Amino acid sequence: METAVRVVNLVKKFGNFVANDNLNFEVSKGEVFGFLGANGAGKTTAIKILCGLSKPTSGTVQVAGFDAYHQSEKIKQNIGYMSQKFSLYDDLTIKENIRFYGGIYGLSSKFIKQKTDEYITQLQLEQYQKRFVKDLPLGIKQKLAFSVANIHNPSIIFLDEPTSGVDPITRRQFWDLIYAEAHKGKTIFVSTHYMDEAEYCDRITIMVDGKIAALGTPNNLKRDYKANNISEIFLLLARGIKSENH
Amino acid sequence: MKGFIIKEFLQIFRDYRSMAILFGIPIAQIMLFGFALNMDLNNAHIAILDRAKDAYSIEFSNKIASSKYFILDQNIQSEKGIEASFRKGKIKEVIIIPKDFTKKLMNGEGADIQVIADASDPNTASILVNYTRAIATDFQQSMQQNLKEIPIIIPQIRYRYNESLKSVYMFVPGIFTIILMLVSAMMTSISIAREKELGTMEILLVSPIKPVQIIMGKVLPYVMLSFINATVILVLSYFVFGMPFNGSITLLLTEGLLFIVMSLALGIFISTVSNSQQTAMLLSMFALLLPTILLSGFIFPIENMPVILQWISNIMPSKWFIIIVKDIMLKGANFMDVWKETLIIISMTLFFIVLSIKKFNIRLSEN
Repeated sequence: METAVRVVNLVKKFGNFVANDNLNFEVSKGEVFGFLGANGAGKTTAIKILCGLSKPTSGTVQVAGFDAYHQSEKIKQNIGYMSQKFSLYDDLTIKENIRFYGGIYGLSSKFIKQKTDEYITQLQLEQYQKRFVKDLPLGIKQKLAFSVANIHNPSIIFLDEPTSGVDPITRRQFWDLIYAEAHKGKTIFVSTHYMDEAEYCDRITIMVDGKIAALGTPNNLKRDYKANNISEIFLLLARGIKSENH
Repeated sequence: MKGFIIKEFLQIFRDYRSMAILFGIPIAQIMLFGFALNMDLNNAHIAILDRAKDAYSIEFSNKIASSKYFILDQNIQSEKGIEASFRKGKIKEVIIIPKDFTKKLMNGEGADIQVIADASDPNTASILVNYTRAIATDFQQSMQQNLKEIPIIIPQIRYRYNESLKSVYMFVPGIFTIILMLVSAMMTSISIAREKELGTMEILLVSPIKPVQIIMGKVLPYVMLSFINATVILVLSYFVFGMPFNGSITLLLTEGLLFIVMSLALGIFISTVSNSQQTAMLLSMFALLLPTILLSGFIFPIENMPVILQWISNIMPSKWFIIIVKDIMLKGANFMDVWKETLIIISMTLFFIVLSIKKFNIRLSEN
């Protein structure tokens, strides 16, 4: 199978603090890859490196077949990114936001118009069309942000805790959107600290204190650790590392 | 790029706070400084204690009272009245004409008058005393022409480039500088910091658009708006305050544009070191506004400062720009007269741009 993301011996240090300690993993094309861990475990740091927002201290990083050190421009053309802050402009309307983001990816205005109509129908935004983004409900903002991150049809989409602070029903709907894109052959790289969401992923890694503590399909992991759900595994791993340290 | 600029304009026009900073403050400031903070004293209330009460002393009193600087509020009759009139607070100066005023004047001995000023505001007091002295000298000269010829040297003073010593001539270049600097630097730094705060900056950096394009897209709208601002201030200063435009307007506007670009570069630099809008705002207020007002020679003459502050004033971009504006507007200077100052501002611009790029790259590798 084609590899979308390849990470070998990735290390990222901030001074003496090691945020990512020797990470190794591969993500296949079309996979929904979950990146789990507590706050401060190093998830966001790793995602930032994959997106080119940050440079690794050492190690090999390949995204969409391009090298993160030398071909970051090529990578940028092929990825979409949505952060936990949603990243839409509050004081612009839905259409203006879509037009702006389409514009920075160099899409033609005809294509942007077509996409705008498509999103508005697909997300049932007709009633909100003329409103500023700050007046939209959180769930709608989040779905819109996802669509916008997808506007240039990237092959990999990075989602950094996209569902934090959103109610369970909206989270479920959001995952439907993710699946729809995955079915089209897109690779989804999603970080979360909701353990129930891990069940939706094809494969997950659990990060604890900058290291990858577990990696595999949710079912395999549950079997290996003899656990009923991912949450149990996570607690087991987190406590295990803590007691090793003390 | 085009989309970027459109978006930036939309955001500026929708944000009432930005609009107020952009257009409200400059106009309010120029009006305030021009009208309220006028350092010229007109119509100061004074009192005269005339002990001589003869033709010459009355002529002298009239001469004082008829000048536009003074309003003769009351004629005091006795020493006691002096204290009382100062106490009331309205009277700023009392002139006492002695009994032998005319006699001494006629004899050519030189007559004395006593001037008592309310020095609770020292500046006002000394300005008033100077006005009085000037009127007395004038009076004396007209007397002497009538009487006999004593050869004395009378300096004919001309205040070049500002014949009537209007303080507005000093304020307008200063205000012009401060407004351009503040608006440009503060607005860009705030708007870049806002993108960081909202997280939209990350999205921009993840996209294929280059950092240079991001910066240009952020800065260009402000260049245009600041330029409009500059024009508005100049038009106001010409029509409302009668500032002279002795030099080339094109040169003035070009220098203005250069200064705007310098301020924007400074604003970008501020935004690279601040992560929130508040920090950016505070930094531009304290790091820009105060030094600009205090050290640029706008209000306090640089020559009067301690040597160390004089050195520091050299790194104030505003100092050089004020010199340029004054030279062009008042003295009609051409480019050859101000090329040195221009060069200094250009190098400062480059310095801030290089610094910001450095800072930006470091941020990427440390994040």
